[in-house]
Amino acid sequence: MKNFNYIQFLFDYGTLIVLVGLCFLFSYVTIEEQSPASTTSAELLAKVIKKDLTENNNIIVLARQGSEGKKFAEILTKKLIQYGINVHQTIVGQPADARKALINFGTSGSKLHGIAADKHMASFAGSNIGKISETFPNLSQTIIFQPNSYNWPNFLKRENLLNVMKQISVVAIIAIGMTMIIITAGIDLSVGSLIALSGVITALAIQSLGGDSPAMWHLWLGAIAGALVCGIIGMLTGGLVTIFRIPAFIATLGIMFIAKGLAFIFSESAPIPIANEAFGWLGRGRTFFGLPNSVILMLTLFFLAHILMNRTSIGRYIYAVGGNPEAARLSGVPVKWVLVFVYTLTGVLAGLGGVMEASLHITGDPKSGDLVELKVIAAVVVGGTSLAGGQGRIFGTLIGAFIIAVINNGMNLTGIESHMQKVIYGSVILIAVLIDQLKIHLMKLKKY
Amino acid sequence: MPNTDAASKIPLLRMRGIRKSFPGVKALKGVDLTLYHGEVLALLGENGAGKSTLIKILGGAHQPDEGVIEINNQPANVSTPQASQASGIGIIYQEFNLIPFLSVRENIFLGQEPKFISLIQKTKEEIIAKKLFDRIGIKIPIDTECNALSVAHQQIVEIAKTLAQDARIIVMDEPSAALSPRETKGLFKVIKELKSQGIGIIYISHRLDEIFKISDRITFLRDGQYIDTLKTKEISRNKVIELMVGRSIKNEFPKRNTNIGETRLKVSELSQGKRVQKVSFEIKSGEVVGLTGLVGAGRTETARLLFGAETKDSGDIELDGKLLSIKNPRDAIQQNICLLTEDRKSQGLILTQTIRENFSLPNLLQFCSWSFIRKKDESEALSFYVDQIKMKITSTEQIANTLSGGNQQKVVLSKWLQRNAEVIIFDEPTRGIDVGAKYEIYQLINQLTKKGKAILMISSELPEILGMSDRVLVMNEGHITGEIQNPSNATQEDVMRLATKSKPTSA
Repeated sequence: MKNFNYIQFLFDYGTLIVLVGLCFLFSYVTIEEQSPASTTSAELLAKVIKKDLTENNNIIVLARQGSEGKKFAEILTKKLIQYGINVHQTIVGQPADARKALINFGTSGSKLHGIAADKHMASFAGSNIGKISETFPNLSQTIIFQPNSYNWPNFLKRENLLNVMKQISVVAIIAIGMTMIIITAGIDLSVGSLIALSGVITALAIQSLGGDSPAMWHLWLGAIAGALVCGIIGMLTGGLVTIFRIPAFIATLGIMFIAKGLAFIFSESAPIPIANEAFGWLGRGRTFFGLPNSVILMLTLFFLAHILMNRTSIGRYIYAVGGNPEAARLSGVPVKWVLVFVYTLTGVLAGLGGVMEASLHITGDPKSGDLVELKVIAAVVVGGTSLAGGQGRIFGTLIGAFIIAVINNGMNLTGIESHMQKVIYGSVILIAVLIDQLKIHLMKLKKY
Repeated sequence: MPNTDAASKIPLLRMRGIRKSFPGVKALKGVDLTLYHGEVLALLGENGAGKSTLIKILGGAHQPDEGVIEINNQPANVSTPQASQASGIGIIYQEFNLIPFLSVRENIFLGQEPKFISLIQKTKEEIIAKKLFDRIGIKIPIDTECNALSVAHQQIVEIAKTLAQDARIIVMDEPSAALSPRETKGLFKVIKELKSQGIGIIYISHRLDEIFKISDRITFLRDGQYIDTLKTKEISRNKVIELMVGRSIKNEFPKRNTNIGETRLKVSELSQGKRVQKVSFEIKSGEVVGLTGLVGAGRTETARLLFGAETKDSGDIELDGKLLSIKNPRDAIQQNICLLTEDRKSQGLILTQTIRENFSLPNLLQFCSWSFIRKKDESEALSFYVDQIKMKITSTEQIANTLSGGNQQKVVLSKWLQRNAEVIIFDEPTRGIDVGAKYEIYQLINQLTKKGKAILMISSELPEILGMSDRVLVMNEGHITGEIQNPSNATQEDVMRLATKSKPTSA
């Protein structure tokens, strides 16, 4: 048996541990009393009432205004009628409406056995029933039924978690390409601008193809046009980096300005609406198991990229080029093609990100994508990919993106104001890089 | 002090019972080392014997777990590199620590500039620098940028730097590795000069010729253990090898019985600028052709042109009568030519990757179906070579960086053996490799000749070139200046005569 290497374990799974730790932290600080207003809680409450009251007892159902309350009240009423309880009235509205209903009942003179209410209405009823029953003694023995409340972190709600993933999906998808570029010891600053350009081109293409009522295939063509143009620009970047040997930082800085400028020129500086709600499918839709389509796309792409990097020759070449371009070249690796490939792929992914962004707002906005390149780079670096090249993992980047998303979300939930958020955000990036440095240091010590 | 005799016997440096462990490895298991004033002490041992660890402890880069270090009988503080320098220890590593775009003078005084109210006193620097070079006995223009200097001169600058720090103990790690024979002679002159000034020198090298020429005593290390310290004059070459590897090696170069056959590789008038001019030669089936010359003669450049690593201006390359078209290394590999580069760390290996990944890099397509890698086939192919060429590794998933020089070279070898090329160019195949591993590499070259491969071997070590080649080509200034038909009867002087000849023989 080999000794278990704790240091190695910590570094291999360190980012994952940080992510889990953050989730625990934000779960802990966002624990709050939850009043369930769901279907199940309505059914449970109906059962409780059935046990305590007898048939033909009078009851009033109260729920706060809103779709949640309405649904709660509907189901509760339906169940209670099934159990043979006399539902006198169902109120979905403001406390004032509830008061009015109770007074109305009071004047009728018959006995009110119970009030079934959601948490808000129950607390209103609880504090007012005493006063009302002074005037109307037929309300003095009324029991107030409300669903049991319980504690649960706001952070860990299904909706919130899906939201976290959805919000980071564009950044994460582009980060796939960025991981590959950074593994080859390059960088791409243009991805944020490509988001804007892709969105604008997509919207323009749809507009010019389909006019006021674009058909489905117009939407598809538009999306493909957006991704394709960005792919071509990525290929161009790759050419600048390989053939003309311009440092990637400079080449992509140039492309960044050019693409952003073009996005504003093409759109004449105004967001371009897309005249078909169906375009929102990718950014807003939930086709499978209630998961956002963008999240499914993100996870699929990460899975494919993982296979590309770990199981195929091109993946091996990407690591080799980053580790030592000269040794790779002398081993017969087509170094230039590998570089052009990663920049082109990143261009396509940034274009896809632009389409997703346009889909979310059903608009091609030249202002979108601002500073996204920095978030993307942050996700890659936090995910453990070294800027020196040669090392890094695709799923590390996914975790890095999640860490950034979770921090963002957690800070919003706990109400940390936006300037402070930036400070914390920056600190996390620095800590991630420090851990990376520590890792290199410890590796050296081990090597002697 | 009782008398002057005893005073002169006080060792300059004394290290006693040095122990050092790293996680999983005992690098040093109680090593002693004594260095006297005005002495050259050679430190000998195979790769992994603990030489570098010992030197790093002396230089303050590592802390010993146990042991005493004394300078002039006083406990010395070498807890940090700065403390070590302050104690008068100067270390010249294989990789120089010069800043390429600073001048010689600026490099010498880097970090210890003489100042007057925080302004650097340039004139004072110039005077001191001139004095230093007078002491060394070599004149180097002190305002040249360091990247404009030859390797040999850069080394002199390194020496000057240690002297400027007032070093009394100078450690040189493989100082001749990148030097031509003539430059090495120059270095020896400098060492003798320093010796006469009472400076103690620890000299690390794998080249036994040099050890015998320059050292007064030899300290042997093996597997982190102190073996012995002997006077150089009193031991034979075979004894030295035996003490180093712990067993006796009969011959430095294994015998070869191969039939040399038809011409396989034919190179005609290969040219690139001034570096390679009209180089023509042939290599026959089963033949080892040695290519030597001084550094900068165009040997490596010729190899790189053959391999497509650089673009040739003109010239033809034929293999088995077929004209080859080689524009880049990929073309060369596909047409059965491979090159083992002289610098395996920067050109031969991807140090951050595993042995398996390095091994399969040029062979990836044969392990792929639909561009998916069959990792199992990869590992199986590699494990064959692990046994065949005796790689000492813990697993094929070990990172290349963690291997010793000899094992790194074996990884490079394995990847080209798997490629099964017909023409194999070895550029300095045994540089920085210990005697045992060298012998194994020679044996492997012999095995290749049995398979009818054509082999070109470039080396600066003349005994190796003469001992291993069937024919030797000598280059100077981009030309082939001569050929030695029967190297086993030739002397090193014959080679040097050709290596310094300025006009090609055909002229």
